[in-house]
Amino acid sequence: MKRIFQALLIMLGQSPSKPSVISEAAQRIYQEKQQQPKDIAALKQELTRIRQGQYSKKWRQRRWITLILINLCFTFSFWLDLQLFEGSLIASRVFGFHMADPYSAMQVVLGFGLLSINLTIGTVTVIIFWSLLGGRGFCSWVCPYHLLAEWAEIIHLKLVEKKSVTDHPFHRSSRLFFWLFFLISAALFNYGLFMTINPVGIVSRALIYGVGLSILFVIFLLLIEIFYSRRAWCRYVCPMGLTYGLLGSVSPIKLTYHLPNCQHEGTCLKVCEVPHVLECIKKGKASDIKVPIGMDCTLCGACVDICPTQSLRFEIKGFTKSS
Amino acid sequence: MLNQKSTHPRSEINRRRFLQTLMLVASVVVTSIGSFLPAWMKWNPARLRPPGALDEELFLAACIKCGQCVQVCPVNAIHLADLSDSAGIGVPYIDAREQACDFSCDILQCVLACPTGALTHAISQKEEVRMGVARVVSVENCLAYHGLGFKGLARGRDYNGLLRYSAIDRWQPILVREHPYELELCDLCVRQCPIEKAIYLKPIDEKRKTPVITEQCVGCGVCEMICPIEPAVIVIDERQSRKIA
Repeated sequence: MKRIFQALLIMLGQSPSKPSVISEAAQRIYQEKQQQPKDIAALKQELTRIRQGQYSKKWRQRRWITLILINLCFTFSFWLDLQLFEGSLIASRVFGFHMADPYSAMQVVLGFGLLSINLTIGTVTVIIFWSLLGGRGFCSWVCPYHLLAEWAEIIHLKLVEKKSVTDHPFHRSSRLFFWLFFLISAALFNYGLFMTINPVGIVSRALIYGVGLSILFVIFLLLIEIFYSRRAWCRYVCPMGLTYGLLGSVSPIKLTYHLPNCQHEGTCLKVCEVPHVLECIKKGKASDIKVPIGMDCTLCGACVDICPTQSLRFEIKGFTKSS
Repeated sequence: MLNQKSTHPRSEINRRRFLQTLMLVASVVVTSIGSFLPAWMKWNPARLRPPGALDEELFLAACIKCGQCVQVCPVNAIHLADLSDSAGIGVPYIDAREQACDFSCDILQCVLACPTGALTHAISQKEEVRMGVARVVSVENCLAYHGLGFKGLARGRDYNGLLRYSAIDRWQPILVREHPYELELCDLCVRQCPIEKAIYLKPIDEKRKTPVITEQCVGCGVCEMICPIEPAVIVIDERQSRKIA
């Protein structure tokens, strides 16, 4: 419980801190690591290999295929009039089952003052679905803006490497502000302000109903992410992501960190969209030999792919034997 | 200043980050309010909303912008507003002249599809719909008013609109351009009106007649769509201006 609360505070913008208690087993491993001299040459070789991009991108491939397929299902269902995936990612009927994005539904309820039965069913379905599948898993496995932002990020990182741009990080607590602001404004103005600028809705609708001028706003966001601030929308703004993050707090699917083999070289931090969740991989920051990663994690698997020691793994509570 | 920077690099970074974050917050807030401004200030031209739409303000609040109404419409009458349409990106509207709602679906599919009730489930029959009301704007151009007939395609060969002609196919709407007319006196607006007694031709003298719209009119826009005169003699006034006795 305490751990979930701490993860929540970190997701809302608090800087991760050193754990107050480190288990004896973990302490022992830290000591052993201290005594064993590191094979610096081997580590360097490993890091060069990673820097050249020579590592498995298994999870990224799986994720991109899933994301593209899900979005194409909506597109083709409409084009071919299959009526299997009706609507867009904001609200839909999938094989007749209602689905609705919880944050958009909240804005509707606050602005409109009424919650229809179908919207209730849809929202509850989505809440249960993503509570089981890991909350922000929606972001990296379904959200079409996430994929565009990933491509923008690749360009951004290339430019950073060339020193033509620098990343300007914001304070992460801005996301909580936006979350509250768009809910309060929905109630005040009787209008969901966020829905007009939500790039997830804009991209999803563009993919299904055709591209319109509103895509310019998305392009503008991507340009900001390329030239000014890495992954700015997903990291510092998107209240949808924050909502899914809250759902993830109870999810049985978790990314877990295993201390024993970790070399603490930090390659995972460099590829992570939300590096504050990976604080435990820094030397002396893990409270135990196995640490579940906090709820802001999007389960994208970038760290799983890049980790040279398999210290980060996906686990399902109750199904994966703890080692 | 330089001295301060070197002794308190951390606080300097924090200060800068704080200012940048304020900038981010301000720009997102301003953008979102700006995108709402046209609807808020009522700058936007009134739009014909799909059947069953609540009053404009409530409708804008309730619509979740998913487009399910677009998907179920058999004549593709419903479109989603774009940035240039000002009132709420992703909100559905109907351009009656291009493609009116002719109730081909019979059961108000869009109302059934709407997950939030922005298209209210309180109505279940086309006669209950109140999207707007038809109005004769330029009777001096009306063919019937001059006692003239109509022969040929109502909207020309390039027109892509669909209508359901019960006599041809009870279930499947067809292209208007595939259905030529030969009328002694043009009564297209009356003939194609999907609602009973919503519009009729009132005789002026033994040859000339003029269209009259009644209380039964639901504002679906079929008369505006089918009118062969350019611009249409009849247009739909959106709901806000509908004056029901």
